[in-house]
Amino acid sequence: MITFLANPARFLRVAGAVLPWCWAVAAVAGGLGLAIALFASPPDYQQGDSVRIMYIHVPSAWMALGAYTLMAAASAAALVWKHPLAHLVARAAAPLGAGFTAICLVTGALWGQTSWGTWWVWDARLTSVLILFFLYLGVIALGQAFDDAERGDRAAALLAIVGFVNIPVIKFSVDWWATLHQPASVLRAGGPAIDSSMLAPLLLMALAFLAYFLALLVLGVRAELAGRKARALMALGAAGEDRAL
Amino acid sequence: MTAMATIIAHDTRLAFRRGADTLLVLGFFVLACVLFPFGIGGDPALLERVGPGLIWVTALLAAMLALDRLFAADFEDGSLDLLILAESPLELVVLAKAAAHWLATGLPLVAAAPVLAVALNMPPPGLVGLLAALLLGTPTLTLIGAVGAALTLGARRGGVLVSLLVLPLYIPVLIFGVAAVEAAIGGSGTGPRLTALAGFLLAALALAPFAAAAALRQATR
Repeated sequence: MITFLANPARFLRVAGAVLPWCWAVAAVAGGLGLAIALFASPPDYQQGDSVRIMYIHVPSAWMALGAYTLMAAASAAALVWKHPLAHLVARAAAPLGAGFTAICLVTGALWGQTSWGTWWVWDARLTSVLILFFLYLGVIALGQAFDDAERGDRAAALLAIVGFVNIPVIKFSVDWWATLHQPASVLRAGGPAIDSSMLAPLLLMALAFLAYFLALLVLGVRAELAGRKARALMALGAAGEDRAL
Repeated sequence: MTAMATIIAHDTRLAFRRGADTLLVLGFFVLACVLFPFGIGGDPALLERVGPGLIWVTALLAAMLALDRLFAADFEDGSLDLLILAESPLELVVLAKAAAHWLATGLPLVAAAPVLAVALNMPPPGLVGLLAALLLGTPTLTLIGAVGAALTLGARRGGVLVSLLVLPLYIPVLIFGVAAVEAAIGGSGTGPRLTALAGFLLAALALAPFAAAAALRQATR
């Protein structure tokens, strides 16, 4: 399937067919999830209604880690198998992942102020997610630092792979260190420790975020493809002018 | 092995003769450390409290200054292409160049740090811990910096960019380095933190040459 989609024209056709479904799932799951999260789900016995930030904070954290994993996997596919579209997927995923990480950090700070009494603490989870944010910015900056776009692709791909070591650190930081951030409640040994009345809207919001990410990813790859095509045409046109002279 | 020894000797001799990199790194380290007492006031208790972190952060920033010159000179005059085509594995070449770079920029930092620490009112056990932590930490910084330097070869604004790229990867070394010095001052727990620093160094020794070599091959493609 991956080699099936390596042809840019075919990818564009498949992407164009998938895109409306992604928007639809994002809208429906998001609308339903938000409605349940904000109104139907129970307030926390300690935090009251402020626990509802979780329904934005946790899915955005999952997306931040997932987007980086996708970016690193696409980078590896590009460098190892020279898949033609993998660099574009990595390029498109980077700013999206950075955005989700920023949302995670900001909503986390808001939630921390209401539940812990502090906007920020330098514990392992928060510090490693901040490092993730800087890694995203580094990958974006490195990709744009070269005049030759392909050189930028390859350098950013390498950096994305090098930085992947941070992902397991983030995931297990609450297990390896004593952190103010709470331990894992959903993806943990022994199954979710969260009640289904809260787990259901959480998973709905996660689905909505994923569909939204995929929709924006498709738009991003389309834009990158169009940009490369435009640049190639400009280069051809310039060469043609030289020949004419 | 002789190839590595030759590269180390050649690069160290060059750095010694030119002196610019060493003086720049050392000068920035000393100046930055000296600026802080002016900025935050010379209260000895305060300086003793912030001393370990201050020395480590300024050492980190100073170590980043000369990074973009690690491969740039060879890249510009074409010797990097010859090094890539040479018989020795590129990974060993990278290791040799990083070793020479550390001798020229990292080792002076380690030598100057205790002097500055005394100026910042650090007690003697802390000085020993600082020496050990920096001896283990600065080679790691150089190796991670080598990856960053290789990635940004030929980039626009390469010097600033390499700093932005390697800083997130430096943070674990910084955390454990400062913890080791504070443990030495406090009297207990230095061993585990120095062991963690040694672990980072071993991981960097094993992995950084491969990443940097891959980046160098891309840069000259």
